[in-house]
Amino acid sequence: MDHILSWLIWLPIIGMFVIALIPRDKEELIKTTAASTTGIQFLLSLMLWSNFDSERGSMQFIQRAEWIPSFNISYILGVDGLSLPMVILTGMLFFIGVFVSWNITKAVKGYFALFLLLNTGVMGVFLSLDFFLFYIFWEVMLLPMYFLIGMWGGPQREYAAIKFFLYTLFGSVLMLVGILGLYFSCGKTFDILELTRIAPDALNGVLWWGISAIKVIWVLLFIGFAIKVPVFPFHTWLPLAHVEAPTAISVLLAGILLKLGVYGILRINYGLMPDGVYWFSAALAMLGLINVVWGGLCALAQKDLKKLVAYSSVNHMGYSLIGMAAVVAAGEANGMNMKAAQAGLGGAVFQMFNHGTISAMLFILVGVIYERAHHREIEGFGGIASQMPIYTGVTAVAFFAGLGLPGLSGFISEAMCFIGAFPVYKGIVIASTIGILLNAAYFLWAFQRVFFGKLNEKYSNLPDINRLELFTVVPLLIITLFLGIYPAPYLDIISSTMDVIIDHVVTLATYASI
Amino acid sequence: MDNLQSLSYFYPELFLTGLIIISIIYDLFLDRSKSDRVGWVMVAGLIIITIILWFQDHNRITTLFSNAIVLDPFSTFFKILMIFSTILVAIISLYSDDLNEYRKGEYFTLLGIVVFGLFLMVSSIDLIMVYLSIEIVSIMSFVLAGYLKQNTKSNEAALKYVVYGAFSSGIMLFGLSYIYGLTGSTNFFEIQKVITNSSSESNSVILLSIIMILAGFGYKVSAVPFHFWTPDVYEGSPTTITAYLSVAPKAGAFAMMVRFFNQIFSDGGALVSSADSVSSSILAWPDIISLLAVITMTLGNVVAIQQNSIKRMLAYSSVAHAGYILLALPVMSNQSIYAIMLYFIMYLFMNLGAFFVLIVVKNKTEGETFDDFKGLGWEMPFIGIVMTLFMISLTGLPPTAGFIAKFYIFAALINGGESFYWLVIIGGINSVISLYYYIRVVKVMYFDGEKSESLIHPSTMMTALLLITAVPTLIFGIYWTPLANWIHSSLVFYLQNI
Repeated sequence: MDHILSWLIWLPIIGMFVIALIPRDKEELIKTTAASTTGIQFLLSLMLWSNFDSERGSMQFIQRAEWIPSFNISYILGVDGLSLPMVILTGMLFFIGVFVSWNITKAVKGYFALFLLLNTGVMGVFLSLDFFLFYIFWEVMLLPMYFLIGMWGGPQREYAAIKFFLYTLFGSVLMLVGILGLYFSCGKTFDILELTRIAPDALNGVLWWGISAIKVIWVLLFIGFAIKVPVFPFHTWLPLAHVEAPTAISVLLAGILLKLGVYGILRINYGLMPDGVYWFSAALAMLGLINVVWGGLCALAQKDLKKLVAYSSVNHMGYSLIGMAAVVAAGEANGMNMKAAQAGLGGAVFQMFNHGTISAMLFILVGVIYERAHHREIEGFGGIASQMPIYTGVTAVAFFAGLGLPGLSGFISEAMCFIGAFPVYKGIVIASTIGILLNAAYFLWAFQRVFFGKLNEKYSNLPDINRLELFTVVPLLIITLFLGIYPAPYLDIISSTMDVIIDHVVTLATYASI
Repeated sequence: MDNLQSLSYFYPELFLTGLIIISIIYDLFLDRSKSDRVGWVMVAGLIIITIILWFQDHNRITTLFSNAIVLDPFSTFFKILMIFSTILVAIISLYSDDLNEYRKGEYFTLLGIVVFGLFLMVSSIDLIMVYLSIEIVSIMSFVLAGYLKQNTKSNEAALKYVVYGAFSSGIMLFGLSYIYGLTGSTNFFEIQKVITNSSSESNSVILLSIIMILAGFGYKVSAVPFHFWTPDVYEGSPTTITAYLSVAPKAGAFAMMVRFFNQIFSDGGALVSSADSVSSSILAWPDIISLLAVITMTLGNVVAIQQNSIKRMLAYSSVAHAGYILLALPVMSNQSIYAIMLYFIMYLFMNLGAFFVLIVVKNKTEGETFDDFKGLGWEMPFIGIVMTLFMISLTGLPPTAGFIAKFYIFAALINGGESFYWLVIIGGINSVISLYYYIRVVKVMYFDGEKSESLIHPSTMMTALLLITAVPTLIFGIYWTPLANWIHSSLVFYLQNI
């Protein structure tokens, strides 16, 4: 139990080396190895959950080791209520991802080796508490992702891969500058817990070129994270990457990689620069609104089903941003409305998880129809409902979850985001209801065009969803339904940590005009 | 210390001179087909010199030959670096098909003389020695660049190299003569004494002479606008020599620049106090070098994008890397010199490695363009993986050595104060630009090919050399404390109180 976090991170690397040793024509064995590695990792993440003390909002299972003492870099891991759900989600989606990619035929060995490398990178980001380590893991994800999109993707894969790579690298370079700025102005440490204690004071009043250092660092880090989220106007890599990537990789991109951005903002920007939160929260809510409306409008205009789902991610992450901005409700200036802050931040974090399960489901389902029809043109289908009844049923639930129907998990988190943000940003919340409308419109309209109407003759003998595919979707469906009706287990995990974050932001902000 | 006494501290260089003479004589007795044995003699001798250098008494810090050169840990550090890269290049030269048509004996002798010149370069503290050592290295490099006598490109390379070399070292000499005229001395410390005490009236002349001297240094490190020889010379020379030129003489020139600017134009030398002090005199040389660095890396990266030959691309990439290293120079703090030293260790492995891959591929396909790399990752899996590693390391992505190198440079700049922040941002954006052409190599190796039925494995010796460069490229990206300690103990200059 002491080293469980290290095991979570390094297990996939071990799996990768095992796969490297297997001869390349033994494809079954390679797939089984990948499945068992991610399976064990998923079990470990559940074990972590059962041993997790949700009463405590602070870091647990902390692990420390010296790494490069001369630069004060250490190996520090830890988990709290913010990262635990993400760890579980990572474990689950990578496990499912192996089965989604079961039918890969091209260079199976390379695919699963890179898949597991990606897994290590993602897990590492969620668990590391040393900023340098965090950055290493953040960057480790890029290369496997580049290969996975560029080699196993669709027709425009090479362009999509390089665009993704350049965009994210640009963001992370700015982030690196921010990290170094923090390091040298906060007592030369990379320890995130230490920085969380020191930084709010140490950065206070520091000016760079006459601008507050808090603002500069905040913006540098925010751009780095915003590209991952993706926040408008940094979202243009996303539709392309999602559409060109193979199904399993789209699932992981939407399900987990986008959450890294939000996670980073909450962990780093909120933790280290409480003053920045106050300075930036209105802009954050505004960006959320743009994401919601812009993503919704773009989704409505799409002809490609996968692109529609991709833009729905832009739309959905917008709710999260609005919820995050609600933290300031607890501040003195806004009447210390603790309840609103809790609802907003909780909603944002809940939305991360829900979007992870729902978008994963949607991408898998798009992949199912693509594998059968070999295209994804919405207009090219029609009347599929009579041909594939089970598929239609499952997709209906997934679409309803996507549009935020009450009774499904997406509704609760979106509602929480709005409830939280309403006292502070009334105008923005009211305006973003347009997004909800658009959200319903594009999902329902797409559903109608694909499943209802006259059956396209070409598809009169389309086989229904098979058991392997059902195995990948149904668990996600159950989670969506369960959390939609009874979200308490999830909220229990996060609530203490959310209180700690809110408290941290509120008490350490100096309200100085930075 | 007078000349006779100095000889007893000069034994690594004396041994090297002996080695060069032995290899010339030995070559006389060999048939043309067997002349590569000289190479093995040279390699063995260089290994012995490495051992001698490593076990030399590092606490003995002194000047030799009447204040012409110094013996200090800083110079020993670079000497070891040079000799290590020479050994690697000498070994791969024995296996490169490029040189097969020619007698190889002189080739290794010339390499030995270059090493001698580099040894002097990193330790000279006298303007005359500065000039002489640069010339020793340059003239030998001209011959080596033109070693493929039957190849017109190689001839062109040598000629261009000579013309540019003569021109820029002429300008440098002119600048040095100004300094001598103003200060009446050729010794670094004497010059520093005069310059610190002089009135600001002569500043403009000193600045002019610095710019002229930078022409000489800039030519050696291939900084823009003195880089025009680089792509043609790199392309025409035997690939082994290209690899060598991109690492060793560059390191030598940087060591020289550090010493020159640190000991003449900084207020008493940054390293007098062990604190991370940032020191620059009233002269604007840091600004000039900052500007030079920015132009160098931006131009190097932008032009590299358009290349079709990987060898030319790597030539421009080496221009860009010179720019990254130049970034750290204006800070002139303990930390920035440390960063430069670290950069060269990392750069040595990743850059030599990339060129070694080029040699392996050229032995197989006879070509060095992107087309020759098509589908290579499928045919030669080992080459594909190590080349990918070198490329991401040259880009500066973790967890590779290249990232750590850049990380230290950026850290030194950030720590240097807010006047250097803009350099970090430009350096970072340049890394992003460089990703585009480095990853293109990876792209053609993997994306433009299909699974091949027969796999090709390089020879054992090539595999070994690639592992020697690839393993540190990865390992030093994850754990570099031993290097950090070594550099820390090597960061000691010979200094005279003023």
